[in-house]
Amino acid sequence: MINAAAPRLGLVVNPVAGLGGPAGLKGSDGAAIQAAARAAGVLARAGERARQALASLPDGTPVLTGPGDLGEDMTREAGMVPVPVDLPDRTGTGADTRVVTAALVAAGAELVLFAGGDGTARDVAAGLTVSGSRIPVLGVPAGVKMYSACFAVSPQAAGALAAELLAGSATVVEAEVLDVDEEQVRTGRVDPRLFALVRTPAHPQRSQGRKVATPTGDGAAVAGVAAGLAEQLRPGVTYLVGPGGTTAALLRRLGLAGTPLGVDVLRDGELLATDMDETRALAAVGASHDGNCGRGDDACPGAGVVVGVVGGQGFLFGRGNQQLSARVLTAALGGELARDRLLVGATERKLTEFGGRPLLIDTGEPGVDRALAGMLRVTTGPGRTSMYPATAANGV
Amino acid sequence: MSLPIATKPALRRFHQARWDEPIVFELDAPGERGVLPPQVEPGVREVVGDVLADLPGSLRRPSAPALPRIGQARVLRHYLRLSQENLGADLNVDVGQGTCTMKYAPKVNDQLVADPGLRDVHPLQGEESVQGALEILWRTEQALKAISGMDRVSLHSTGGSSAIWTNVAMIRAYHASRGEAEQRDEVITTIFSHPSNAAAAAVAGYKVITIHPDADGYPDLDALRAALSERTAAIMVTNPEDTGIYNPRIVEWVEAAHAVGALASYDQANANGILGITRARDAGFDVCHFNLHKTFGTPHGSGGPGAGANGVAEHMAPFLPGPMAERDGDRFRLAAGGELSIGAVSAFYGVIPTIAKAYAWIAALGAPGLRAVAETAVLNNNYLMSKILAIPGASAPYATGRRRVEQVRYSWQELYEDTGITSEEIGVRAADYGTHYWTSHHPYVVPQPFTLEPTESYSRAELDEYAAILAQVAHEARTDPEMVRTAPHNQTVHHTHHDDLDDPERWAVTWRGYLCKYPDAPQHRRP
Repeated sequence: MINAAAPRLGLVVNPVAGLGGPAGLKGSDGAAIQAAARAAGVLARAGERARQALASLPDGTPVLTGPGDLGEDMTREAGMVPVPVDLPDRTGTGADTRVVTAALVAAGAELVLFAGGDGTARDVAAGLTVSGSRIPVLGVPAGVKMYSACFAVSPQAAGALAAELLAGSATVVEAEVLDVDEEQVRTGRVDPRLFALVRTPAHPQRSQGRKVATPTGDGAAVAGVAAGLAEQLRPGVTYLVGPGGTTAALLRRLGLAGTPLGVDVLRDGELLATDMDETRALAAVGASHDGNCGRGDDACPGAGVVVGVVGGQGFLFGRGNQQLSARVLTAALGGELARDRLLVGATERKLTEFGGRPLLIDTGEPGVDRALAGMLRVTTGPGRTSMYPATAANGV
Repeated sequence: MSLPIATKPALRRFHQARWDEPIVFELDAPGERGVLPPQVEPGVREVVGDVLADLPGSLRRPSAPALPRIGQARVLRHYLRLSQENLGADLNVDVGQGTCTMKYAPKVNDQLVADPGLRDVHPLQGEESVQGALEILWRTEQALKAISGMDRVSLHSTGGSSAIWTNVAMIRAYHASRGEAEQRDEVITTIFSHPSNAAAAAVAGYKVITIHPDADGYPDLDALRAALSERTAAIMVTNPEDTGIYNPRIVEWVEAAHAVGALASYDQANANGILGITRARDAGFDVCHFNLHKTFGTPHGSGGPGAGANGVAEHMAPFLPGPMAERDGDRFRLAAGGELSIGAVSAFYGVIPTIAKAYAWIAALGAPGLRAVAETAVLNNNYLMSKILAIPGASAPYATGRRRVEQVRYSWQELYEDTGITSEEIGVRAADYGTHYWTSHHPYVVPQPFTLEPTESYSRAELDEYAAILAQVAHEARTDPEMVRTAPHNQTVHHTHHDDLDDPERWAVTWRGYLCKYPDAPQHRRP
């Protein structure tokens, strides 16, 4: 029996999240940036955003929190009962988020609600990894950059979703955690990487509201996408399989253990190589054309690419899968960037959450971006596809 | 001196009944009977003998059926109590079930089909003895031909999705007759078309391609063109779509499909906004269907009996299911389907009582009346839209500033971002005021969706009441979200648990299945 009064919600606030945004500093990582922002008169907003989220929970809910401004203070302000965890050595860096997250898990949290941006999401995911835990996490949007797919649309929505999860009425979906190296952004380069796959709550879209059977859980929907991708794989083609939860499900379906955060090479149901960087991916594509596919000279049908849609902003290329560079894509798909060898998978749910906004392509080569843009056939299930537009991101 | 009538509050102080009524099987009381058939009188017995003696052994049950034994009065109370525990179409302002066209189904038509001359006909009777029923079939077809512009209309389909299945079956047979069955393995639909189009196509073996709306919410013609090919068997689309937006380029859609040799199938299940205004044939469609229980004023009947009608252009007529009623002078007969016919889609000739009600409804209104239905439904819808859009937090995504046809898919996204209250929670709380709504087909393309369709059946005062309820609940979401989140408070049941519905392992679709699956489940004692 779970003690009804035992706190089940964990909260960690990144007190400096969002500082750099209003100051035009493109993020808040690093003590110097934070000092510059404070000097410019910017107030941290993560605490206030966390308080707004907690206001959507029933009054008096006990909450496991980070100490002080890492969660305890705003929990009390919101009328909840904070149960702070220990943080023996406060560093004022992301390490605090990681240590607090691990402590929340150790104290029995069933959900980690965090207030911050992509950097905070990354630290929370790292804290879970340290704990060996896969409990869901949910972001209260309070940062400057939020490429990751684990943020609610507003603080109030985050609180409501957290309450639903704790009540057992939310569904749980897989979400990518992406983060940019802010030093590079400030020098004009955007290079966000995929750091983790986490689980995050979502509204279940209830059975009784349905007029037609659809996969009940997101897991079933993702498995359906994987099945749809699998039936399109062609013999002898060497596929570069991009990172993310959808492509990981494809490899699982084929009985393969790939690299969820990296690019793997797949041919005829076998993994030829894993976790490729750009150079090795290029080499794999080259080999696919050189009679090395196991079918003899001239019989090798070449290469293909399988990707999911990464992050909360709907990137196809250029966020989290930079290994699939313009050079790699051109080599794999040919100069014409043949669409029939580019397999894109996403659940209908994920597509619809983009609200009609096109999928984004940012390979770093505008010509390649333009060639890939247009109407894509996105696989949404076995025998099911959706026409969905993709566009060049123009260095978003 | 008479007492003054008490002033009513602005919104009803509704409270639904809660009877905690057991399942009917739990009411079994050994020894009770609903009906005691009289003993056969001795004189009769002497003349006819033992009439059951001729019953073959194979038809005799070895044991009595496990039906509940209940006295008549208790049965009556059981069903009256259940009837008090729902918000049926005859009870509430049922405009929240958008796309379903919950209009008033005239009660006089129930009396009509209860007439023994219609109620008691048997499908195996000779044609000469059912001339009236055949005439109703024939006349209903003529009316629906005029309404759709199509060359033939079959009434065999027993519901809306059944009719969509008949459409895709005819499409498949058409391509097979031309030797293109294998080549054409794709069907294209739109995400705002009724999902049964995608489902029926998938069941028929087709790959399904879904078109998302363009930035303005219209079906994306460029996406269609990118999807069409020599592999396309058909486009299967609803218009107006679930959003209430009419595809202004529908003729171009049909022409684009025809240009690659594909057929065009029109889901007109809900034609309530376009009766007498536009016709499937005028846009060039090859096949279409109506739900008689939506547009044509027959009850939905909680899953049945409904009825579908399939209209086809002349080149598709050979594929229609048979037999169909034909007129020879002043006599009516049944003509068998031809060799290209897809065969039977129902046991006999369709759902005769529902067809008869639809025929009566059409005949009572006449052509000007049908157009008045559409005009009134559209007017009601746009009036209600003006009231809903005045509620802070509500919006109607897409085609901003334009009018809609017979329904609107709205969004509470702004309210959700402000309060964390979902559309589903708003709909549940509305049940505390004696009405409710359904959200949307899945997936939710419009975020936090709700879909209202007022039809022609509701007065302005009733639409005002409905809008006032939603305004009140939206206000509560901002001022007392906890109350909304924990709703319903005045209802028969509190929150339902959907997890069971999501898990086939938990399903028990019959009482016998339930007892098998959960042999130790405690049963209610009969009160």
